[in-house]
Amino acid sequence: MTESKLDLLQGTLDVMVLQTLLTMGAMHGYGIARRIEQVSGDEILLNQGTIYASLVRLQQRGWIAAEWGTSDNNRKAKFYSITRNGRKQLAEDAAHWARLARVMGRVLAPSAEGEL
Amino acid sequence: MGTLREGLQRVLSFLHKQDRDSELDAEVAAHLELAVEEDMRRGLSEEEARRQALVRFGGMVQAKEQQREARGLPWLDVLLQDLRFTFRTLDRDRGFTAIAVIILGLGIGANIAVFSVVNTILLRPLPLRNPQQLVRILSKNIRGGESSMTYSADATEVFQRRTRSFQSVSGYYAFSGPDNLKLKGNGQPLPVTGLMVGGNFFQTLGIEPSLGRLFTAEECLHNSRPAVLLSHAFWKRQYRSDRGIVGQAINLNGTPVTVIGVLPDSFDFGSIFSPGYKVDVYGPVIYDDIRDEGNTMALVGRLNPGVSLAQAQAEADLIFPTLPFSLKHPEYVGGYTGNLLGLKDYVSGKLRRSLIVLWCAVGLILLIVCVNLSNLLLARATARSKEFAMRTALGATRGRLVRQLLTESLILSFAGALFGLGLAFAITIYLAHQGSIALPLLSSVRIDGAALAWTLFVAVSAAVFFGLVPALRISGGNLQEFLKDSGHGSSDGKKHEALRSALIVSEIALACVLLVGAGLLLRSFLRILDVDLGFEPSRAASISVDYNDGGDAVKRSVVWQDVLRRVEAIPGVETAGITDNLPMSRNRSWGIQVKGKAYRKGELEDTFVYIVSPGFLNAIGMHLVKGRDIRWDDINRKEGVVIINETVARRLWPGEDPVGRLAQTGGMDARVIGVVADVHESSVEGNPGWQMYLSGAAPQFGPEGAQLVVRTKLPPETLAASVMSTLRQINPAQPATEFRPIQRLVDHAVSPRRFFVLLVGIFAGLGLVLASLGIYGVISYSVTQRTQEIGIRMALGASQGRVQLAVIGKTLLLALIGIVAGTVASLAIAVLIASLLYGTKETDGATFLSMTLLLLLVALLAGYIPARRASRIHPMIALRNN
Repeated sequence: MTESKLDLLQGTLDVMVLQTLLTMGAMHGYGIARRIEQVSGDEILLNQGTIYASLVRLQQRGWIAAEWGTSDNNRKAKFYSITRNGRKQLAEDAAHWARLARVMGRVLAPSAEGEL
Repeated sequence: MGTLREGLQRVLSFLHKQDRDSELDAEVAAHLELAVEEDMRRGLSEEEARRQALVRFGGMVQAKEQQREARGLPWLDVLLQDLRFTFRTLDRDRGFTAIAVIILGLGIGANIAVFSVVNTILLRPLPLRNPQQLVRILSKNIRGGESSMTYSADATEVFQRRTRSFQSVSGYYAFSGPDNLKLKGNGQPLPVTGLMVGGNFFQTLGIEPSLGRLFTAEECLHNSRPAVLLSHAFWKRQYRSDRGIVGQAINLNGTPVTVIGVLPDSFDFGSIFSPGYKVDVYGPVIYDDIRDEGNTMALVGRLNPGVSLAQAQAEADLIFPTLPFSLKHPEYVGGYTGNLLGLKDYVSGKLRRSLIVLWCAVGLILLIVCVNLSNLLLARATARSKEFAMRTALGATRGRLVRQLLTESLILSFAGALFGLGLAFAITIYLAHQGSIALPLLSSVRIDGAALAWTLFVAVSAAVFFGLVPALRISGGNLQEFLKDSGHGSSDGKKHEALRSALIVSEIALACVLLVGAGLLLRSFLRILDVDLGFEPSRAASISVDYNDGGDAVKRSVVWQDVLRRVEAIPGVETAGITDNLPMSRNRSWGIQVKGKAYRKGELEDTFVYIVSPGFLNAIGMHLVKGRDIRWDDINRKEGVVIINETVARRLWPGEDPVGRLAQTGGMDARVIGVVADVHESSVEGNPGWQMYLSGAAPQFGPEGAQLVVRTKLPPETLAASVMSTLRQINPAQPATEFRPIQRLVDHAVSPRRFFVLLVGIFAGLGLVLASLGIYGVISYSVTQRTQEIGIRMALGASQGRVQLAVIGKTLLLALIGIVAGTVASLAIAVLIASLLYGTKETDGATFLSMTLLLLLVALLAGYIPARRASRIHPMIALRNN
């Protein structure tokens, strides 16, 4: 474990889960965790177990749905998929993150006047 | 919408905890299998793959816990856990639980009961419509008893017409006593208490009848058809709540009177205007009939909306001095003043200070209870220190421990409150049925919503108060220290000991304040019981006598002589007499002056007047100082005769012998024939006023009803039947009036003080017991803790006496510090209750000394028991025990 890995901000994991389900379709918990690790380029410090708190929270809010099914290699697993409400929520969250990132970028960018 | 859905889901998850848990387990198991398979496909051994999967999954327990928190109601889980745990611990330690609940129950119960009384009398508005508008109109000079607080019919009517501040003014006839009417039915005539009230009395107070209607204007006119309203209690008792009684005629004093309605249960005239007075029927005052009777109306009014008491008072100051005493006789000066007092103030103003003192006393009790429990919990917590150290080691945070301990305190407190509520419920029911205590509104004392809210407040704050200190103290402890502390030989944490000693000292100080306060009040009460009343209430009784003399003095004289002769013939009766008014009950006043002398304004005082028979002074036990008693042959004299009290003698004939002088009273001449010692006519505590006794068998003065007073060597109750049968022989229409010991009048007069002294005394006793329990607990605990030490000392040669002395010395030190602090606090507090004391200085040395000695004695006793135990410790056993 290198020190440069990012700690997850409160709420970021939820957005990642939603985005993952939107692009990949129905997935089980392990799949979602692996996917987030891969997409983030192993830059995120993720204890895979923490995904389950996020999953149950999203499910209770009605943004994802869950169903027991069978995996490719014939193993029983719980599959999650995004709901219509989830898509709407993801759109809002994504816009929010994009804005935040833009603003942070501007604030932290070396100023044109060269004060830094 | 989203949050609602989530909340619902959380509740569902909470309810289906096991299902969700096993589902999560299955899901996590699947997760790990998938991870292992993937890694094995990459060529790792199964063992290594499993290890890797577990590492990447992270903390298994934390992840599951996180998921549970995200899906369910974590705070409720914790609470339930705490509750379950609390019940288990308390159940394991039943002795402690029982003691704690009983102590708390006593403290909280006393608080609820006193709050209910305070709330009823002081805080809650009167049970009338817009009670803040109601005003009692009194005279500014109240020396003359009822007569100087009342107004004539003409004055009342003129004021009603001229006032602009009041929307309505009404009143009641202030001079009717209990059992003043006879109700004739099928059997023997029944004594009934009737009160005449202004036609608009109930409208003014805002009372609607629960059945029928109120008086009409016609019914308040001379020679109108008589009508009465029944009180709810009388209707229930006498007519078994028969609704059909309305509109029917009943026979009162031989006259058919129509019942026009029944008043609501919530209205109790006595509890507002005259505590202890139970009115059965209300009739309208007919002003034309009482126009010549002088001042008879006690006034009450309702202010116009928006008019302040001060504005109304300013108007009253202008109007009252101009009011006529009698329009027919403009030569008599009214000389009225009007003192407006909010009705609520009139009812409870005098009691405010007593009630606040009572409230404070009961608050002190609660403080002592809390300190006691704090101490108990601390001792218990020390015994549980290993448990807490273990929990901390297993990851419980400080907040979690404090929460657990506070939950325990709350549970104890609520159990105590429940017990206390039961107690308070019983006390309030008992109080509400104490007709003999002359406190207003007492009959409506009950546990209401406000009292329940107060209970909740008291229970929660008590729990925080007694639970927080031990909780913080324990949870703040250093883990290592605790684990170390439980080892052999080390004496238990000095900090705990110091804290407990401080608690004990404050407990003793609080108890000291309570004891001194109760002592001062008790001494005042004893002083009051010692007051020479001017008559002998014991072994005397009175009964109201019915006769018909047709207003003729000669006939009356014959009847009275007959009654007295026959009653005195009853075995056991020493002597008997008749009066129209008894001391300590209703009264009226006239004027008296030296005949032919002119007086300045204010030089004369209203004089209490009693119309009596020969022998009455003897029967009630008054002391004739000079001259002689009234005789039957005084009837035939041209001039009246009067006996005056020493105060009148001193003021009208200073330095002279008044006997034989001519006085003027009630517009007649009267020869002074005797002087009697002053009588406390209206209260035990107040100074006696001017008094005079006129012959009731003489034509000049008519009595107002008749009270037969009997003096006996036997207990008065034993004569009730024979006196009644004698009266019935003379007059078959004699109603079954009550034969009342005179002592009861005195008891009634001092009953509020007796009530307060009793309660404060009980609280002081309770405080003393609790404080001694606390001392016993702490000393006993410290002896137990130091068993080995004491054993070693004794093995090294310390004598039993020395060991005892050491333990008692410690007790003595704590007690002395507490008593010194308590005495200083008592001195400050005594000043606050100074106005409640009678014949006792607030710094009364004897009281302070005796109460502190009592406290010290009890403290030493509480310390002696553990000291004895300590000295009995056998060195061998104490040392082997470890």
